[in-house]
Amino acid sequence: AAEEGGPCQSKMAGADGDDSLYPIAVLIDELRNEDVQLRLNSIKKLSTIALALGVERTRTELLPFLTDTIYDEDEVLLALAEQLGNFTMLVGGPEYVHCLLPPLESLATVEETVVRDKAVESLRKISQEHSPVDLEVHFEPLVKRLASGDWFTSRTSACGLFSVCYPRVSSTVKAEIRQHFRTLCSDDTPMVRRAAASKLGEFAKVLELDYVKSDIISLFTALASDEQDSVRLLAVEACVSIATLLPQEDLETLVMPTLRQAAEDKSWRVRYMVADKFSELQKAVGPEITKNDLVPAFQNLLKDCEAEVRAAAANKVKEFCENLPEDNREQIIMTHILPCVKELVSDTNQHVKSALASVIMGLSTILGKDNTIEHLLPLFLAQLKDECPEVRLNIISNLDCVNEVIGIRQLSQSLLPAIVELAEDAKWRVRLAIIEYMPLLAGQLGVEFFDEKLNTLCMAWLIDHVYAIREAATCNLMKLVEKFGAEWAQNTIVPKVLGMANDPNYLHRMTTLFCINVIVHCCGYPYREITTKQMLPVVLKMSNDQVANVRFNVAKSLQKIGPVLDSNALQTEVKPVLEKLASDTDMDVKYFAQEAISGECLSSSTIVDKLNT
Amino acid sequence: MAGVAGGNDFQWCFSQVKGAIDEDVAEADIISTVEFNYSGELLATGDKGGRVVIFQHEQESKNRPHLRGEYNVYSTFQSHEPEFDYLKSLEIEEKINKIRWLPQQNAAHFLLSTNDKTIKLWKISERDKRAEGYNLKDEDGRLRDPFRITSLRVPVLMPMDLMVEASPRRIFANAHTYHINSISVNSDHETYLSADDLRINLWHLEITDRSFNIVDIKPANMEELTEVITAAECHPHQCNVFVYSSSKGTIRLCDMRAAALCDRHSKFFEEPEDPSSRSFFSEIISSISDVKFSHSGRYMMTRDYLSVKVWDLNMENRPVETYQVHEYLRSKLCSLYENDCIFDKFECCWNEWHSQVLYLFAIMTGSYNNFFRMFDRNTRRDITLEASRESSKPRATLKPRKVSTGGKRKKDEISVDSLDFNKKILHTAWHPKDNVIAVAATNNLYIFQDKIN
Repeated sequence: AAEEGGPCQSKMAGADGDDSLYPIAVLIDELRNEDVQLRLNSIKKLSTIALALGVERTRTELLPFLTDTIYDEDEVLLALAEQLGNFTMLVGGPEYVHCLLPPLESLATVEETVVRDKAVESLRKISQEHSPVDLEVHFEPLVKRLASGDWFTSRTSACGLFSVCYPRVSSTVKAEIRQHFRTLCSDDTPMVRRAAASKLGEFAKVLELDYVKSDIISLFTALASDEQDSVRLLAVEACVSIATLLPQEDLETLVMPTLRQAAEDKSWRVRYMVADKFSELQKAVGPEITKNDLVPAFQNLLKDCEAEVRAAAANKVKEFCENLPEDNREQIIMTHILPCVKELVSDTNQHVKSALASVIMGLSTILGKDNTIEHLLPLFLAQLKDECPEVRLNIISNLDCVNEVIGIRQLSQSLLPAIVELAEDAKWRVRLAIIEYMPLLAGQLGVEFFDEKLNTLCMAWLIDHVYAIREAATCNLMKLVEKFGAEWAQNTIVPKVLGMANDPNYLHRMTTLFCINVIVHCCGYPYREITTKQMLPVVLKMSNDQVANVRFNVAKSLQKIGPVLDSNALQTEVKPVLEKLASDTDMDVKYFAQEAISGECLSSSTIVDKLNT
Repeated sequence: MAGVAGGNDFQWCFSQVKGAIDEDVAEADIISTVEFNYSGELLATGDKGGRVVIFQHEQESKNRPHLRGEYNVYSTFQSHEPEFDYLKSLEIEEKINKIRWLPQQNAAHFLLSTNDKTIKLWKISERDKRAEGYNLKDEDGRLRDPFRITSLRVPVLMPMDLMVEASPRRIFANAHTYHINSISVNSDHETYLSADDLRINLWHLEITDRSFNIVDIKPANMEELTEVITAAECHPHQCNVFVYSSSKGTIRLCDMRAAALCDRHSKFFEEPEDPSSRSFFSEIISSISDVKFSHSGRYMMTRDYLSVKVWDLNMENRPVETYQVHEYLRSKLCSLYENDCIFDKFECCWNEWHSQVLYLFAIMTGSYNNFFRMFDRNTRRDITLEASRESSKPRATLKPRKVSTGGKRKKDEISVDSLDFNKKILHTAWHPKDNVIAVAATNNLYIFQDKIN
């Protein structure tokens, strides 16, 4: 808004036919334009309009107009709700901030959740700018109106506002607020109960501890045994915040009965939620309860009859083990968790197995070398042979944790067949995923192992029949060269790549060019010998290719190679070829050749100079 | 106790009829679904032309105090257009298969409408204010000289005639390979299910790009297909329970708490077949065309070709009540098969109406010859009424109709052979709180109400 400040101020100065009013007039008129983009644009510049109108007219004219403009598209309303959160100065500062309540109140009742949430967010923001008196006179009545509104949209919005006004009001009003929250927790519509359940933790945080124990716990218990599982599952989240607020000695009586009940709920969605929030719950209830209660609960979740629950729990295995109290962590894992993990390795559901595979390697750092070799390694090996490619991929992508503990050699015997199988998987997305792990594997396995076992695979991908694979393989080459250096590239990669230049399939010949582009990029100027002596001749020769696509890619490659060539090579070898291509019969070839010629000049001033002489 | 169907102290009288009177009916005008909203204040119909018409209950008028208010058109909009699926070379009809209202959440009303493939969420809202005053134009629309603007004008809101707008809020597409037969809003107010011949999907009302497939009865080999899903509905209070009916006359109740996929049912309702009445048509006529939970959720009702059955959710092996809708057609099944009428999908609806003195449990469903049937669950009495132009005088009492079943036709009886099978009442709806019913007869919508003596 600052840059728009100019014309607005000058408007104040001259009142007779000031052209600086024009842009503001347009903005105001476009608030009602038929084109939603223009309306959106105007709403986003609402601060400019308000500045031009001044605080008085903003309060008396603009805001009343906006209060009744809730018929608009969601994106316009969303922008409006957001703007109003930053409007305090534009209505005259904190003294007048309550003028913003009516438009935000009507936005807080629309049916679209994103708009309502944004209106609530803005209301929370401006609540801080209310003086304690204004808060009781203006803001708190608004919260009450919303809380007792006819429609559930307004009541759901109210749930998010209690916590911001509670700390700053008198004790009588506080009592009223608690009462309102209680009422909403037992609302007829599940929508409202869900909104209350999701704000329970937040509200508990601002309440005095005594009220947490007396009020919140009973609400929490009631919501956690709601008839609708869509409400019960939200109580699990509240459980985390409430548990952190209570002193350790109260947890057992006030929270644990409910948590135990949730972990064994009849509805899988509730149990899923417990599994999903398990690490947070574990931190909130502390080590003692974890040992006595959560360990058996976690075991049950890992053995749950619903695969969704097992998968969510499997995802938490590493975090849960990490956060166990250190004194008997190893013992708990070995006797209680590992047996369940072993079963999950051969689960019937592939999502469960793949969730486990994404974290299981992390256990090796916790259990140390000997346990890893004895207990985990067989599991890793089994998962590397799993029928589902995603499981194998997840193991391979986390090899680094194991590498640190036992070294990768332990695995390499099984690793290789697994990699080869993935590399040749019938689904190209699986092939793509394994390619992405190649640089990582190469780094961990070392250059010798790589050359011996994996290099062939990397080269085979270059002639895959799916373009995305060839492209990824090219990119993979670049990363390998970065890892193993230019010399390695010269000896192992370049000869094979250049060999493809004579391939009968033009797609493979193009791959040669793409590879050259990336190798030049990695080797750069210090290793320009590779470029000038080995690669350039091949590229130049390919300018005679009968396929136009190859020829214009030659032009593109030459443009990339240019910067590392000396002026002599440029002048005597590259320039004639590009000129020839520039008069090609094919339009695209011509275009890219001309691009290259002019690009060549721009890429480096020294080369430009040389070309001009 | 007084009965809704047949008691002398309780009669139905004509209130209104909507739609054209012409004899030749345009296909697009045929009503394909009727549904009251939760309060009964609005009544929606969908037709084969893809249109949705919403009627609003007008407050009692002072001029005609005997009428308890009429339903007048509130909003009309084109919900679905005919489409063509180029990949499968299939035409997708615009016909509205089902309409379901959402519980009211703010001043606007929302409904879901569906054709064979695509479900749409519509918002119906009112507007009675209009902004006035532009900076760059004057009142009659002439542009002002931009250099002569001396002050800024903020638009002012002025009252205007009430305008009702229907706007599409969400489109839930591309999730059904087969034809959608049911949609049902869940009591959690945030999800709904949609069922086609072989699958049931669960949607979140705010998310259009994905849905969860909760039931899939498609066999790996389509030649092994023995039954299809014919209807599905969510329990009115338990957000985890839903039922679906099949073409074999069975109903499965599933509990979404048990597992993410509901391939395994938790209850299976089936009445053992009477071997003596077994015939070539047995399977066709046992196919369930509609299933509805009672308002309390304790019972459900199913409609098959010849009967309506009421099931107690706690008893799976047989229905607690069976009502014959038009048993006299049993001898006509052969010709009904030949003219395809045997495949007609009749719907059924509940009424649980009570006042201080009356408590009524009644069921309504349609038949042929523009007849519709009501069954009183308390007295077990039933009645046949006719939706016809002839008795469409205001306050005209509907005379009970009788079809002669024996050899000799009594006075006032109609013989089975003279029934008009082209005039069928498939869709009916009962006001949720009042004794007002809406009956769709081809292109006409009849509204009847009880006659208070």
